[in-house]
Amino acid sequence: MIVEAFVGNVPENAGFGAPPGGTNTPAKVISHMRDLEYDAVVIGAGAAGMAAALRVHAAGFRVAIVDREDHLGGILLQCIHNGFGLHWFKEELTGPEFAERLAAQVREAGIDVYLNTTVMDLVADNGMKSLIACSAEHGVLSFAARAIVLAMGCRERNRGNIGIPGSRPAGVFTAGLAQRLINIDGYAPGKRVVIIGSGDIGLIMARRLSWVGAKVLAVIEILPHPSGLTRNIVQCLHDFDIPLYLSHIVSRIAGQDRVEAVEVTPLENGTPNPAKTFRLECDTVLLSVGLIPENELSKKAGVQLGHDTGGPRVDAHLMTSVDGVFACGNVLHVHDLVDFVADESSRCGGNVAAYLGAGLSAGGQGRVQAGPNVKYVVPHAYVPGQDTQFSLRAMIVKKRGTLQVKRAGVVIKRKTLQHIKPAEMIYFKMKGTELGPAGPDPAPIEISVE
Amino acid sequence: MEHEIICLGCPNGCHLLCTSKPGGAVDVTGNTCDRGADYGREELLEPKRTVTAVVRTDSPRVPWISVKTTRPLAKPLIPELLEELYRATAALPARRGDRFIENFRNTGVDVVFTRTASLEEAT
Ligand SMILES: Cc1cc2nc3c(=O)[nH]c(=O)nc-3n(C[C@H](O)[C@H](O)[C@H](O)COP(=O)(O)OP(=O)(O)OC[C@H]3O[C@@H](n4cnc5c(N)ncnc54)[C@H](O)[C@@H]3O)c2cc1C
Repeated sequence: MIVEAFVGNVPENAGFGAPPGGTNTPAKVISHMRDLEYDAVVIGAGAAGMAAALRVHAAGFRVAIVDREDHLGGILLQCIHNGFGLHWFKEELTGPEFAERLAAQVREAGIDVYLNTTVMDLVADNGMKSLIACSAEHGVLSFAARAIVLAMGCRERNRGNIGIPGSRPAGVFTAGLAQRLINIDGYAPGKRVVIIGSGDIGLIMARRLSWVGAKVLAVIEILPHPSGLTRNIVQCLHDFDIPLYLSHIVSRIAGQDRVEAVEVTPLENGTPNPAKTFRLECDTVLLSVGLIPENELSKKAGVQLGHDTGGPRVDAHLMTSVDGVFACGNVLHVHDLVDFVADESSRCGGNVAAYLGAGLSAGGQGRVQAGPNVKYVVPHAYVPGQDTQFSLRAMIVKKRGTLQVKRAGVVIKRKTLQHIKPAEMIYFKMKGTELGPAGPDPAPIEISVE
Repeated sequence: MEHEIICLGCPNGCHLLCTSKPGGAVDVTGNTCDRGADYGREELLEPKRTVTAVVRTDSPRVPWISVKTTRPLAKPLIPELLEELYRATAALPARRGDRFIENFRNTGVDVVFTRTASLEEAT
């Protein structure tokens, strides 16, 4: 039986879109004000921006969130599947539910939110930072703040980034764009689909497409192992008998106006064997070939970027190379779990509050280096004596491996890990005491897995 | 008969070995928690999945609204549920957690909205 959907009193702005000024302030109050001043401005209203802002607000500072979209929650609104929230809310949630929970906290706190407002420029020469934003509703806004939080999320790597030969027909989408088309706009991007890359977003889309009646012919992965979680291989591919071709590449996309087929070539000892190329007739190709931090504004602000993460380099307080400019969430490094985004961003907000108030601990910081089999470690520095949460990305696949931390050549921590794989970020904490006594010039530490 | 099943209970993805015994009992090894044993048993006897989808609304402002099943649904019933969801229209406003379908095919599984869409957005 279909129960009629809820009809009744919905609190004003119960959805994602809230006017600036929180629940009770009409948008008009702010709309004629062009110069705005806050203690901190957060750029991006995804999980990262909201979690950071909540913490800054809780410490008693004036904080604003600015986002170019018309809703709070960022990318989560289009991630309609479940599997979120087990760590942060201790409950299994879908993306929109996770977003709404955080959004409700933001509105309850009365944090000023500027939606449909794109940040165009960020100037940060010590002291006061200024930020230029524009929106159809408010015109050009200029914000001044002592601290800025970068929380702009990431973008998807596209065809240009991986260079697939062939023609340039319509029908090639990134997996995240296809997700948005189906889940927000209600359009199926095609009927016969080949997915390139076995990252989680691509796998989730294989199931989603199957559930809207499309035929997913194959997932093609260049690596010898899947990039996504095993559970997604099972529930998104096996459930629908979708073949996964490991160590295979799409060697050509064919079609005039619309995609007509792809050619798939196996790799043998790392090189393509054209003799074994086969053809899959399809009208759509989805790319799930990785995400990169959204760096445009970071670059404008003169923030130093790291080659390892693709995002800003940060110190032990998640502060970038520019004093008073912090970063968290996918703009800092690409996360696979929103729960970790919220946790990291909340800690970042705590550091921002410390920066605005009593000041960050002045102790000397030591460098954190990625050792063997590790692509990167965040943060890029530590303070001895201070508890630190590390995130790292492994480059190997292994069952029951070991994580090892060395300081000046001496092992200071060893930990057994049940699974090591690039698809799963390793998130672990070290006690201040483990990181050694505070000193003026701490030795670098190196983190490795094997 | 022995079946190797990957547990979907949590992101660990344990490899379970499930053996059906005469009389309908199932032996599970390879699990690292009790939920794993339950999952293995159910996956062998009656596999179920949580379904998430979007449903058309009566508002052009938020034309689609996301929904989920409150519990995993038996796999063979999933296509039927999707059919029903694609034919349905949700009347806005709708609140996260509100029931859209009650007790689907007497399984005890409901479908609820996973987001809130208010009338302001709707107009
Ligand atoms: C397509 C996709 C699917 C994903 N699926 C899952 C999943 O299934 N499960 C999971 O746990 N995680 C998933 N993730 C990981 C996800 O990135 C995190 O879970 C988390 O939601 C990221 O939060 P964030 O706040 O860092 O970024 P986002 O949610 O992307 O938020 C960034 C916000 O910044 C805004 N912004 C950017 N630039 C500007 C500017 N110049 N001016 C104003 N605003 C700006 C954007 O509009 C956006 O709202 C997915 C990520 C992507 C990209």
